[in-house]
Amino acid sequence: MSYPRTWRRRSPGESAVLWLWSAAVAFAAAWSVSALDIEWAFFADAHEQAIDLASRMWPPRWSYLPVIARPLIETIHIATLGTTIALVLSVPLAFLSARNTTANGFTWALGRALLVASRSVNTVIWGLVFVAIFGPGPVAGICAVAARSVGFLAKILAEAIEEADRGPIEAIEATGAGTAQVYLFGVLPQVMPVLIGTTVYRWDINVRESSVLGFVGAGGIGLYLYASINQFAWQQVLVVLAAILVIVLVSEALSAWVRARIT
Amino acid sequence: MHQTPSPPTVWRRPPLFGSLWRQRLAVALVAGYLVWSTSTLEVNVERALAGFPRALDMFARMVPPDFSRWQLLVNGMVESVQMAFAATLAGVLLSIPLGIAAAHNLAPRPLYLAARGFIVLGRTLHEVIIAIFFVKLFGFGPVAGLLTLAFASAIFLGKMIAEDIENVRTGPVEAVRATGAGFGQVVVYGIVPQVLARAAGLAIYRLDANLRHSTVVGIVGAGGIGQTLSASFARYEYDFSLAILLSIIALVALGEWFSDWVRRKLR
Repeated sequence: MSYPRTWRRRSPGESAVLWLWSAAVAFAAAWSVSALDIEWAFFADAHEQAIDLASRMWPPRWSYLPVIARPLIETIHIATLGTTIALVLSVPLAFLSARNTTANGFTWALGRALLVASRSVNTVIWGLVFVAIFGPGPVAGICAVAARSVGFLAKILAEAIEEADRGPIEAIEATGAGTAQVYLFGVLPQVMPVLIGTTVYRWDINVRESSVLGFVGAGGIGLYLYASINQFAWQQVLVVLAAILVIVLVSEALSAWVRARIT
Repeated sequence: MHQTPSPPTVWRRPPLFGSLWRQRLAVALVAGYLVWSTSTLEVNVERALAGFPRALDMFARMVPPDFSRWQLLVNGMVESVQMAFAATLAGVLLSIPLGIAAAHNLAPRPLYLAARGFIVLGRTLHEVIIAIFFVKLFGFGPVAGLLTLAFASAIFLGKMIAEDIENVRTGPVEAVRATGAGFGQVVVYGIVPQVLARAAGLAIYRLDANLRHSTVVGIVGAGGIGQTLSASFARYEYDFSLAILLSIIALVALGEWFSDWVRRKLR
């Protein structure tokens, strides 16, 4: 057997597969871009537009800050209350959609369907739905945050439940405990760290999501951002953006700190 | 005279926060916060209560979902998929230089700090906010959505790639460097093989995420199915809205399944 004299990174077969994949991706990209009807003329002066916009934003109108203090707090409230409701609802949903705790095939499928529906619809779109129901305001925002988060929390919690250690569960069963008691004392304590960690993590995502809920009328700072943009009050826009930046970064740091302490 | 304390006769659930007092404090804090936040929210109770009959009415008008204008629906969906796909590809291309610039073992210090700052800034702002700016710059339509998603993808992938590059094993990198390879060759032969598999998985994950986000940037006029949905809500055509929502759920579920499948194959 003769050894190849030159080093090759891939075998011919591997390169063929790679080329095939690249061609498929390039083809799909060409199709996507051509079908989107891109007006390239807009790209020509985009940098001028951007510079123009930036010059209109400067200097920031800091006097707007007191006006947005309340909506900023409201934004955080929407995130927190929505996450709290999601936390409460996600526990039963997780037990319903975990294979080892669900009652039967039908309840499992029901749980999974609810998970998918909750997670597939974006928070802002949930906001659209709840504004139609409850009218504009923070209630719609809280419901929207809860509706999107419940699936997120329940999915991760259900995975944790499926991986729970059998030992403690059997020990509780051996004491003659009923199903509810087994879940409460055998399963729940095992998944508690996951539940708390995920909830805190979701909370900081939700602060970010709540910052735009106002665009569809679901309360919070987004309404003020949207109004400022529509009035072309760019100096206010910069202040609002800075404020959003601060609350999102602070909530992210806080959430990371809490999660580092539990795990 | 030593007396061992009698063992407790009643079992108590061990407190979650270390000690019982800390647990009580935590519960009190949470309860206090909930009271404070619900009292400061300007909730119009009457309007909110009126929501329940309205919800029933809305559901009644939603069912059955109206798929009769399926052409509009399909157009919106296809536009969303195209937007997500093109954005993922553009994001991947942009994320490579960004990822290299944001890895402290490859980039010089000032560039590293600039790239990291850019990533933090970009991650903080919600896609919808970024979309507004692109709509202002490029007009209404899918281009603004495409650019938004590309920007968000580049930030996300750039951050992930930077972290992967920082965690590469130095052995292969030094071996390539010892052959006299230049910077480009070190990256291509020393680093890319180590991060490629995970980066490909992340790109597929991002495609799935972009599909999901492409449904929402339309709310501010950046094209895709979100724009169709937003219009149907504005016209109170709730049966069409439900049809769109169901289609989005199906599309997203399909995308998630596809992304899981590809990532399992990659591993």
